[in-house]
Amino acid sequence: MTLFLSYLINGISLGSVYAIIALGYTMVYGIAKMLNFAHGDVIMIGAYISFCATQYMGMPAIVSVLMAMAVCTVLGIVIEGLAYRPLRQAASLAVLITAIGVSYFLQNMALLIWGANPKSFSSVFDVGSISLFSGKLLISSETILTVLANIVIMIALTLFTGKTKIGKAMRAVSEDKGAAELMGINVNATISMTFAIGSALAAIAGVLLCSAYPTLQPTTGSMPGIKAFTAAVFGGIGSIPGAMIGGLLLGVIEILGKAYVSTELGDAFVFAVLIVVLLVKPTGLLGKQVHEKV
Amino acid sequence: MKKLNKTTKSNFITYAIVILAFIICQSLISAGSMTRSLKGQLVPICVYIVMAVSLNLTVGISGELSLGHAGFMSVGAFAGIVFSAWAQAALGIENTIVRLLLCMVIGGIFAGIAGVLIGIPVLRLRGDYLAIVTLAFGEIIRNVFNCLYISLIPGSVQYVADAANPEVFTKTQVLDRLNIAFNTTPNADWNIIVNGPAGATGVTKIATFTVGFALILFTLVVVLNLINSRSGRAIMAIRDNRIAAESMGINVTKYKMMAFVTSAVLAGMAGALYGLNYSTVTASKFKFDTSITVLVFVVLGGIGNIRGSIIAATLLTVLPEMLRAFSDYRMLIYAIVLIVVMLATNSPQIRQLVERIIPKRRKAGKEGEAA
Amino acid sequence: MTQRKSTTRMVPVPSHSIVPERDVDKRPVLETRHLGIEFGGLKAVEDFNLTIGRTEIAGLIGPNGAGKTTVFNLLTKVYQPTTGTVLIDGKDTAGMNTVQANKLGIARTFQNIRLFSNMTVEDNVRIGLHNQIRYGMFSGIFRLPSFWSGEKRQHEQALDLLSIFDMQDMAAMKAGSLPYGAQRRLEIVRALATNPSLLLLDEPAAGMNPHETEELMENIIKIRDKFQIAVMLIEHDMNLVMGICEGICVLNYGRIIAKGTADEIQSNPVVIEAYLGKRKED
Repeated sequence: MTLFLSYLINGISLGSVYAIIALGYTMVYGIAKMLNFAHGDVIMIGAYISFCATQYMGMPAIVSVLMAMAVCTVLGIVIEGLAYRPLRQAASLAVLITAIGVSYFLQNMALLIWGANPKSFSSVFDVGSISLFSGKLLISSETILTVLANIVIMIALTLFTGKTKIGKAMRAVSEDKGAAELMGINVNATISMTFAIGSALAAIAGVLLCSAYPTLQPTTGSMPGIKAFTAAVFGGIGSIPGAMIGGLLLGVIEILGKAYVSTELGDAFVFAVLIVVLLVKPTGLLGKQVHEKV
Repeated sequence: MKKLNKTTKSNFITYAIVILAFIICQSLISAGSMTRSLKGQLVPICVYIVMAVSLNLTVGISGELSLGHAGFMSVGAFAGIVFSAWAQAALGIENTIVRLLLCMVIGGIFAGIAGVLIGIPVLRLRGDYLAIVTLAFGEIIRNVFNCLYISLIPGSVQYVADAANPEVFTKTQVLDRLNIAFNTTPNADWNIIVNGPAGATGVTKIATFTVGFALILFTLVVVLNLINSRSGRAIMAIRDNRIAAESMGINVTKYKMMAFVTSAVLAGMAGALYGLNYSTVTASKFKFDTSITVLVFVVLGGIGNIRGSIIAATLLTVLPEMLRAFSDYRMLIYAIVLIVVMLATNSPQIRQLVERIIPKRRKAGKEGEAA
Repeated sequence: MTQRKSTTRMVPVPSHSIVPERDVDKRPVLETRHLGIEFGGLKAVEDFNLTIGRTEIAGLIGPNGAGKTTVFNLLTKVYQPTTGTVLIDGKDTAGMNTVQANKLGIARTFQNIRLFSNMTVEDNVRIGLHNQIRYGMFSGIFRLPSFWSGEKRQHEQALDLLSIFDMQDMAAMKAGSLPYGAQRRLEIVRALATNPSLLLLDEPAAGMNPHETEELMENIIKIRDKFQIAVMLIEHDMNLVMGICEGICVLNYGRIIAKGTADEIQSNPVVIEAYLGKRKED
């Protein structure tokens, strides 16, 4: 029983990271109607920045996270402006191929800068762990922080999109780009803002991910990125609570699948979930139906 | 009738280029003036050409972005390797050319079956979702091969007592049998062909350049003739305007499936050729990276442009070998190529800029626009 | 513009509709009963009852947003109705999709032109011939005799169909490069190629000049006479509608507000009210 509980907690911890990454996907998809394939690699960059800040510059953990967020925010805005903005009117095939190009670009830049050897990422958080059932169940500080961060981000983002002017502009753009523009909303700026927020969150997710799974290499971000997209689809693309639910469920499914069925097939489970969801309920758990105009 | 002549002429040029390239390569080989490393590249080039042309059928002609093409290649590769070993041991087919051809057929069939199984769910989806699910299937296939242990149980001579006459024993030859195990290591006495994550080891290399060339020709015949036929027009009609195609009575699922499965079969045949060109083949050779590499060939050659795919696949396979110094930058350059080509062909502003610099030139970009 | 007076007499049939007298003994090509569709609670079309005779030219008119194109989408099964039934040639189409509806004999054009614009004019028509002249995938790939004979027949028939609009010389041109009016005509040819018994035309005269519209009117009658099919059209050009449509159905806010011949519709006070201030608009 405690073993199952510890798997469950691991799952929730991993799922929280997926949820934070999924937010970036879901916001961008909701507003720019594109799958930002490079989002996973922004996570990796964020983790490297944090790693360098603590390891080579001796910065305190919290500063390193802020640095990572700053760099990723700028990165997100630059990627959007250079690669995606010119393709606003293009077919989705072209945009997706470009996004794949950006993803590979980031991975290979990281490879050139930091090399292929995995860096051992030392956890930036150390606030002790909680011991339950007389030491049989140990909840690490990373887990606690990850779950806490997830909750805080979720609440903050919900308030942001619901209450602030920029948040409302984002919702308007996601609903109808043309109409939003006519209402005087700067669509390009709003989309940039979305990328900025998504990328800042990716930086946090990168640090959290590498604190829990401490090998850092240029491909670190791609798999979690794809899985987080799965989570976003699972929860219903475009929906913030959907990203959270999808992320958590997916994390738990992955960990339990790896523990009880087969380690080799853990990823296969996650993708099987994606396929089943898309076939049974293509709009995801909390997504809404869109009609095609004829 | 003029239009028919135009496409026929264009196809003729494509065939001519391929045949000419083959003749040049063969004469270079017989003259002994081809470097060893380039000679080693000949079969992979054939494989990548077939991969690129077949992916172009899905991406360019059918208009669906498939990110799991390497998955079909791996199915073909492992099916081909296993069949080759079994055919040699059990059926005693020693002629390597015959065996190779049979292996490619088997590889194609298995990849085709995988294509049907994957196509049924995938082709109901559209756009980005379809792309991500093909990616997912590619990864699932790879995961499954990492758990797969296939071995050959050696045949033996057995003596079976006759039922009517117990003193008489008949001698029967038991053929080598295949044992397919999932996630369990096989009996050590058996000849292991595919050994889980370690992949297929000790593969007899039987792939040849000539067969590779024949496969390219076969692929071209299939793809080019399909495009210029009733079925091909239906496939392109669905790509250009699904709703209009449906209202013309075209069964969308059937024709999308036709393109997808044909593409998978060709990738499987290329996979078998690839698998039988190396002594060791692991599932990690068919990672997502491989699918992307092939996609780069397609994008650079022009989406929907078959001849472009052939040229791009050849150049991008040969060049990195020749420019060893840049091998670290290969994927980086591919990434930049993807972005730049997409921006140049799809962004109205950048296209205008290009047209101002190079006025009035018919560009491959026009093809990209068609998709 | 000459006003063609319809010489046909319209007679009532059971489903509160009228069909031309010559068609009354034949099975109607289309019959709808209480057809309706809701989008998220909004009734886009409601209680739509209509019968179209074998060789009738029918008109569907109404102000913008009345639900005319939605009716077409219901008839061609692009949308599945929430209530009611559509009978094509007497067969219930419940649960069918667009492809099956087309095979039953319903073909259409689109308000916003949906040609395969990167293909040639001839290939567009050949796609319309898809289910008329068939040969298999393998014949195509391996160039078997059925490929050659099928291609030849498709080519001949495509040119034959194009000649209705005198477009056979444009066969090798890219469909997207045609002038607007020619694109609309090509869409009609392409729809005709599917061998329909009912041809639905969604604003066929949109963007045409008066001369082209005049030609179009003659051609629609020519098509009806040559192929002995029914035509139903949505059109804002009242000269065209009043000139060639035998039965006219007026839609407003998703409901039929009037049915009748051109004369009856023109003098109907309900219709005039619905169109108030819009009569001048072509």
